[in-house]
Amino acid sequence: MTLKLQNISLPLADFALELDVECHQRVTGIFGPSGAGKTSLLELIAGLRQPVSARITLGTTVLTDTKAGTALPVRERRIAYVPQDLALFPHLPVRANVLYSRKSQLSPEPMFQFEHVVRLLEIEPLLDREIGRLSGGEKQRVALARAILSSPHLLLLDEPLSGLDARLKSQILPFLRRIKDEFPIPILYVTHHVDEASALCDEVLVLERGRMTRRGTPAEVFGPSESTAR
Amino acid sequence: MTANEWQIVWFTAWVSALSTLLILPFGLATAWLLARKDWPGKSICETLVALPLVMPPVATGLILLKLLGRRGPIGSFLHDTLGLDVVFTWRAVLIALGVMSFPLLVRSARVAFEEVNPRLEQIARTLGAGEWRVFLTITAPLAARGIAAGLLLAFARALGEFGATIMVAGNIPGQTSTLSLAIFQSVELGEDEHALGLLAVSTGLAFLAVWVSEYLFRHRRRA
Repeated sequence: MTLKLQNISLPLADFALELDVECHQRVTGIFGPSGAGKTSLLELIAGLRQPVSARITLGTTVLTDTKAGTALPVRERRIAYVPQDLALFPHLPVRANVLYSRKSQLSPEPMFQFEHVVRLLEIEPLLDREIGRLSGGEKQRVALARAILSSPHLLLLDEPLSGLDARLKSQILPFLRRIKDEFPIPILYVTHHVDEASALCDEVLVLERGRMTRRGTPAEVFGPSESTAR
Repeated sequence: MTANEWQIVWFTAWVSALSTLLILPFGLATAWLLARKDWPGKSICETLVALPLVMPPVATGLILLKLLGRRGPIGSFLHDTLGLDVVFTWRAVLIALGVMSFPLLVRSARVAFEEVNPRLEQIARTLGAGEWRVFLTITAPLAARGIAAGLLLAFARALGEFGATIMVAGNIPGQTSTLSLAIFQSVELGEDEHALGLLAVSTGLAFLAVWVSEYLFRHRRRA
């Protein structure tokens, strides 16, 4: 499913996010330094920010078209967003967190079975736990499960490994690979780490001060030596 | 304590509780709008909501009297269309208590709503939840302790209300006499023993309400 970002203009603190790009690959990395506008781009796609101008389509669905005055409500976009802080609901146990989307009025036929997702991300023993009693890595897996179980047409991952130490990163990375292999969901993966982008992404867009400066496969963008890390 | 005094205690407690319950939906809606939305006239609304806290209660009572009296805009409407009189009845007590305690509920609930991380509400929407579901499953539960603390503060304020109540409802024994009014009347008549009995009950109820409110406020869940 192609994500088209056309005529994007979103003013940020020091510069404006200005893009015109199409993403065709399964996992597209948005790579760039902190403050380049990566998170703002994800929020724009999810409908959490209002652009000055933009036409955003996912497949045949128009998500935002400022010229036509169209903005699909956030709840109807079917775009799952895992932010950096994960935003797990602290007052609900793990099971209620991961099944939150299933009780929504708009919830479609589930694309993925609960048992399958829970098994794949190895969160079965955590289902009755409170969120506050989970480790950092466990929280990451719960947030990923919650996002996948919402049967999204697009998955936005905002630096999912950023808060983790090297040991935890190496534990979570295989789960992200499993998600890529098992679930046919297009993913936008924001990161500023070359190793993550090389390991997971089919294509990388480099974002600097709100503009795309390069794009290509990880090998093309980072050079062959870096991309061998995958 | 005599049967009369118990009647006053009972009347004060239930009319305070009822007024607190009646302001709950309006208070929550106002608090949520102030905490989560920007709209024209917001600062005027904030000021109006806070006014009963800083105005002399008798002045608020006088405004209510003018609005709710048979010649007032609301009072005449109620009298002409529903045959309902408000001033100098228990209904006037109910309204006076509600108006005077409303700001306390709104302030506490507003702080509680502001402390809920908006990111959680956004994520709930991305998961397909509509505004009511977001409020009922995310915002309200996370703000529940702050809201409960506000309710108890409002209840405590209603228990002790005097100035607005006496203006709009008078002090009619068996009909509109509340604890505060009865204490005042007992002192006026030199019935110190009665006054002290009512004072003890009044202090006990208020202490309990404020103590529980403070407990909830201190231990409210941070989202």
